[in-house]
Amino acid sequence: MRHGRWRFLAGALVPALVLHVLFVLSPYAQAFYLSLTDWTGVAGAAHFVGAGNYARLGGDSLFLDAVRNNAVLLAVVPLATVGIGLFLASMMHLGGRGGRRGIAGSGAYQIVYFFPQLLSLVVVAVLWGFVYNPNTGLLNGALRAVGLGGLARSWLASPALALAAVAAVLVWSSVGFYVVLFSAAIDGIPRELFEAALLDGAGGWATFRRVTLPLVRDSVQVAFVYLGIAALDAFAVVQVMTVGPGGPDGATEVIGLSLYRNAFQYGKFGYASAMGVALFFATLTLAVLALRSGRRDRLEPA
Amino acid sequence: MNAAPRRPRPSVRTFPVHLAMLAWAVVTALPLLWAVVSSVKTDDEILNDPWSLPASPRLGNWSRAWTEASIGRYFLNSVLVVGGALALTMLLGALVAYALARYEFRGNRFVYYTFVAAMFFPVFLALVPLFFVVQRLGLLGTYQGLILVYAAYAVPFTVFFLHAFFRTLPAEVAEAAFLDGCSHLGVFRVMLPMARPGLVAVGIFNFLGLWNQYLLPLVLNPDPDRYVLAQGLAALSVSQGYRSDWSGLFAGLTIAMLPVLIAYVAFQRHIRAGMTAGAVK
Repeated sequence: MRHGRWRFLAGALVPALVLHVLFVLSPYAQAFYLSLTDWTGVAGAAHFVGAGNYARLGGDSLFLDAVRNNAVLLAVVPLATVGIGLFLASMMHLGGRGGRRGIAGSGAYQIVYFFPQLLSLVVVAVLWGFVYNPNTGLLNGALRAVGLGGLARSWLASPALALAAVAAVLVWSSVGFYVVLFSAAIDGIPRELFEAALLDGAGGWATFRRVTLPLVRDSVQVAFVYLGIAALDAFAVVQVMTVGPGGPDGATEVIGLSLYRNAFQYGKFGYASAMGVALFFATLTLAVLALRSGRRDRLEPA
Repeated sequence: MNAAPRRPRPSVRTFPVHLAMLAWAVVTALPLLWAVVSSVKTDDEILNDPWSLPASPRLGNWSRAWTEASIGRYFLNSVLVVGGALALTMLLGALVAYALARYEFRGNRFVYYTFVAAMFFPVFLALVPLFFVVQRLGLLGTYQGLILVYAAYAVPFTVFFLHAFFRTLPAEVAEAAFLDGCSHLGVFRVMLPMARPGLVAVGIFNFLGLWNQYLLPLVLNPDPDRYVLAQGLAALSVSQGYRSDWSGLFAGLTIAMLPVLIAYVAFQRHIRAGMTAGAVK
C-alpha cells in the first residue's frame, strides 16, 4: 500500500513538475540573471554588466514613452471598466421587486455584453482597426450619418487620440466580463438587505452606495487587479492595431512592445530582459497595493 | 382587509435604465455585426458605403479567405495545438491538484505554492529565456513545442482551481474504494467524475485562453505554415491591407469569431459560469 502510494504520487506530480520547471520556473529565474548581462543571443558571449541595462532604460526615450503610456492606461482602463461594469450590473438588478429580480431582458443583455470576452485580442484589434479607419470605418461613418461629420478623425494616426483609441478598445473588450462577474456578486447579496433599504426610504443611489458597493467589494478588488495587469500589458491590441506599431511617434508604445522589439528584432536579449524585470516589479507592486487597500474595514454580511 | 403593507415599489423609473443597457448592447454588438455584414460585401461596397447591406451576399469572400488566405490552415493548426494542449493541461492539472489535495506528505505545500506563485508573474518576463529553452530543445516552430509550452502555462491555474474542488470531496468515497481493492490510480478515477463541475468550468476557461493565445505563438512559432489562427489573422491584416483585399480580411475575421460566438450562444450559461469562476478567490 505504502509503495503504491509513493508510486502514484510520483506519477501524478513528476511530469507536471518537469514541464513547470523547464518552461516556467527556469525562464523566470534566467530572466533576472540575463537582465544583468549584455547577451545578444550567441552562446557563451554574455558579459556581466551589472545594473548597466537598468541605467540605460532611464535614457531610452521610447521606453519612457512606453512607461508613460502604460501608466495612463493603468489610470484609465480599470476605473472606466469597473465604473461601466458596476453601473450596468446594478441597473440589471433594478426595477425588479425588492431591487433584486432584474429588469426585463437582462438575460439577453448579459449574453450580448459577454461577446467580446470570447474573442482573441487579435480579433478585437483587427476589428477595431476597421472601426477606426478614417474613410471606410464604422466610427466616422456613424458620426457622419448623424450629422456629426465634423468630429470625424484619423483616430489612429493622430498622436493626441491614438492612446485614447487603444484605451477605448481595452475597455470595450472587458466591460462585459465584469458586468457578469459583478452581477453574480449582486445576486449573492441577501434579498432582505435591499428590502430593508427600500423600507428605510433609501433611493437607488443610496442603496447602491450603502448596500451594493460594500458587499461586492471583493469582486471589485479582484477586477482592479486583473484589469491593472491587462493595462500593463496591452501588447496584442497595440501590436496589431496601431500604426508603426506603437505609433504615431511612440504615442501608443507599451513596455511589452518595446521588450518584444528589442529582443526579437534587435537581438538585445539582456536589455529586453531588464524591461521584463521592470514590468514584473510594476505588476507585483500593483497586486500588493490592490490587495492591501482592500483589507481594511471589510463589511461582513450579517 | 387591506391592512397588509403594500410592497415597496422601486423608485427608479425603468425607461432610462433600459436605454442605458440598450446603448451598451449596441456598442458591443454593432462592430461585430458590421464585420459579419462586410464579410459578404464587395470591396467597392465596403469602400464606398460602409453602412449599406450588400446588393447580393458574396459568400465567395469566405471561401477565398479559407483557401487563398490560408485561414483554413490556421484554423486547423489552432484546433490541433489547442486540442493537444487542452488534453495535456487537464490531465496534468487534475493529477497534480488531486495528489496535492488528497495526500499529506512532506513538501506538499511547497509544491502547491511553486505552481500557484507562477500565476503572478507576467509572461513577458519569461519570454526571452523561454525562446532559448524551446530552441535548445529543438522544439521551435513545432506543434509539440507549442503544445508543451501552452500546457506548462495553463497548468498552474488549473491546479489552483481544481485543488479547492478536490478538497471538498467526501473522504468516505475514497475509503470505500480502497476497501474494494482499488489502487491509488483507481481511486483517482473514481473521484475524478465527482469534480465534474470544476473540470467543466476550468476546461472552458482554458480552452478560450489557449484558443486566443497570441504572445507565445508569436515568439515560439515563426513558421507561417504552422501559424495559429490569431497569428495568421494578425499577419493577414498587414498583408491584405497592402493588397487592399478588404472583403477577404473581413471574411477571415468573421471565420475567426463566428464559431466561438455560436458555440457561446449555445452553451452560454456554462461558459459564463466557467469564465467568471476563475475570478472568485
